[in-house]
Amino acid sequence: MLSRAAANLYWLARYMERADNVARILEVAERASIMPNSAGEPQSEWHSVVIASGNEQGYFERYDEISREKVVHYLTVDTSNPGSIRSCIEKARANARAVRTVLTSDIWEALNQTWLDLIGDKREDVARGELQAFLAWVKERAQMFSGGAHATMLRDEGYWFLRLGTMIERADNTARILDVKYHILLPADEGIGGGMDYYQWTVLLRSVSASRSYYYRYRDTLRPWQIAEFLILSEEMPRSLIACVAEVHSLLDEIAKLDGRRHECHRLAGQIYSHLRYARIGDIFETGLHEFLVEFIDRNHRVSDEIADAYLQ
Amino acid sequence: MEVNSYRPVDHCFDEMMRTQTAPRAAYQKVREWLAAADPASLDLRRREAEILFMRIGVTFAVYGEGGDPERIIPFDIIPRVINGREWDLIARGLEQRVRALNHFLVDVYSKREILRAGVIDTDLVLRNPAFLPEMNGFTPAGGVFTHVAGIDMVRVGEDEFYVLEDNARTPSGVSYMLEDREIMMRLFPDLMAAHKVAPVEHYPTELLTTLKSVAPSSGGADPTVVVLTPGMYNSAYYEHTYLADRMGVELVEGQDLFVDENRVYMRTTRGPQQVDVIYRRIDDDFLDPLTFNPNSTLGVAGLIGAVRAGHVTLANAPGAGVCDDKSVYIHVPEMIEFYLGEKPILKNVPTYRCGREADRAYVLDHLDELVVKEVRGSGGYGMLVGPHATKAEQAAFAERIKADPDEYIAQPTLALSTSPTFVDQGIAPRHIDLRPFVLMGAKGVSIVPGGLTRVALREGSLVVNSSQGGGTKDTWVLLEEPC
Repeated sequence: MLSRAAANLYWLARYMERADNVARILEVAERASIMPNSAGEPQSEWHSVVIASGNEQGYFERYDEISREKVVHYLTVDTSNPGSIRSCIEKARANARAVRTVLTSDIWEALNQTWLDLIGDKREDVARGELQAFLAWVKERAQMFSGGAHATMLRDEGYWFLRLGTMIERADNTARILDVKYHILLPADEGIGGGMDYYQWTVLLRSVSASRSYYYRYRDTLRPWQIAEFLILSEEMPRSLIACVAEVHSLLDEIAKLDGRRHECHRLAGQIYSHLRYARIGDIFETGLHEFLVEFIDRNHRVSDEIADAYLQ
Repeated sequence: MEVNSYRPVDHCFDEMMRTQTAPRAAYQKVREWLAAADPASLDLRRREAEILFMRIGVTFAVYGEGGDPERIIPFDIIPRVINGREWDLIARGLEQRVRALNHFLVDVYSKREILRAGVIDTDLVLRNPAFLPEMNGFTPAGGVFTHVAGIDMVRVGEDEFYVLEDNARTPSGVSYMLEDREIMMRLFPDLMAAHKVAPVEHYPTELLTTLKSVAPSSGGADPTVVVLTPGMYNSAYYEHTYLADRMGVELVEGQDLFVDENRVYMRTTRGPQQVDVIYRRIDDDFLDPLTFNPNSTLGVAGLIGAVRAGHVTLANAPGAGVCDDKSVYIHVPEMIEFYLGEKPILKNVPTYRCGREADRAYVLDHLDELVVKEVRGSGGYGMLVGPHATKAEQAAFAERIKADPDEYIAQPTLALSTSPTFVDQGIAPRHIDLRPFVLMGAKGVSIVPGGLTRVALREGSLVVNSSQGGGTKDTWVLLEEPC
């Protein structure tokens, strides 16, 4: 497969995953903002959304204060924000258009229709105050994309590079959300009490769609170390760090089988995977959850760079 | 207007109506269908077709007019029907014509017999901007220059077909031919089932066979074919992706290719892979910055060297454009007689060259009845349709001709045939043309029945180009006359 085509697929998947993730964190923040808020400043929820989106600096270059309206605009339809849902979908579609030949028509038409709706009927949704409907639509379209890919694409390089993009982006996203909220998981933190903690943990789990599965898995009340373990080390949780890394690792193995060559990205992904596989949540807390997450985000970036180096250019 | 009150335009051949009230046999069922359909449901189908085109992304790009640059070409839901006998005539004429054009190209880049015989003026060919001295003495694999030719034709009478223009460089539009058919099959399955319409969907397979047949002999048993596109901002990008997709070959950009020791490779996830045949949709000028336009970022450095070394085949071959120039067009009937010893089956439109004094005088005297074109213009730009132009427009054009006579040719205004078309006012006659696509490989010529029918949607307009308010129709060649 052409290196450029592989790159287009990889980035197409990353942008769709990013759009989906931005929709998720906004949905959770919107939910949080209609709950009685007794802890911290009223705008802190919206601020953490901006941080989790990964472009806090860009936000403050445009706005001097945090408000729901501004954050929502910035992350949904703002064309000047490269990380807004609109920008992500536009770039996903542009990447798809550049590699139409390796996409099935189901996937292309799903993406193209998403774009046409976005610049058509859906354009005014946010301005009209129909944020929930807009976000539900984004998630639905993202799932239509990944479902279409799963159901119709040949299981060869093209699919693998697409999945690589999804997994690298998803790992980055889960790590960021955890990092924004890491303080609420620290047992030593006395600042937040009782009901409020419980509520914050729920928000965290919901933002990675893991609330129900947590209960199913642990059959227990919410406990911070269990939440952390679930989102970092639990391989059956599809948005956990280890689940994403495990898939990156095995996708890279499949790709290497094609021509027998292994690269730095293989070594690095293997290293991160085994590190997580044999890690204990207690040790992670001991060395520092924040430090752990920062290092993970950095390593995940390096895997992405090495994949580009080996295959995409 | 309903189909029962549909009346042909005076002095124009109408594809559907034999007389003011009697239809031709080939259109019988289409007419019955139109008579039975209610206009609101036809309009609904028309809009449905537009939505399908947008969703599939069958678009072309218009830049510089603001708004979303991606547009769809208007699609008319009423098919254009050609009966089997008519198609047979057209197909024979096309094959003859393209064979002659190809002979001509092989000849002018090697022995130049037609020039030495004095049939065609030497300067007209050798000083033509589309003539590439870089190709002198070179004959492409299989002796083929024009692998894909799009021949623009119009009809003016029962068996009277004229060729308006030959396109031997990178003719586009074939994806519309194929998608129009797809849409018709989706929207009007019953109507299609009532006819025996010759299929067209095998075009990409025919194209691939053609391309593989001209692979360099060093290419091995299964040559690697690619489609070379200028990229997603090109107005025909959709077509490039479509053809690559249907042929199952890679769609590459210049940046994906490189030349090493006169061999062309593409950059893949498994390292470099050699390429044998390139179906290029990039103009000659941009192919190779080492040979032609040094500022081209679309091409591949060293490509022409690889072609001349015989390690890669370009389709169409560089330099093929010299046969489709409007000043060379005039001589196609002579080429047919010179190379094939046959009488031309399809007619050439009588053409006046403004560079010749006698011709120029005639043209300037008859501007109100002629169509004047720039020799190297295309897309319907830079032309004057005399009968539809104001006196002032004619006068302005006369000045342009006087200033640069060599750059203009003129032709009588042909009464292009009309076909029933669904427009705002209902079903009305509109002028149409036809662009069939002729494939030529090492083993001969193949033509998918039909082609792209373009229709001038504005009442009375003779300009069918999509950039000038033209649309397209599905083109049906009937395998059997309906009874």
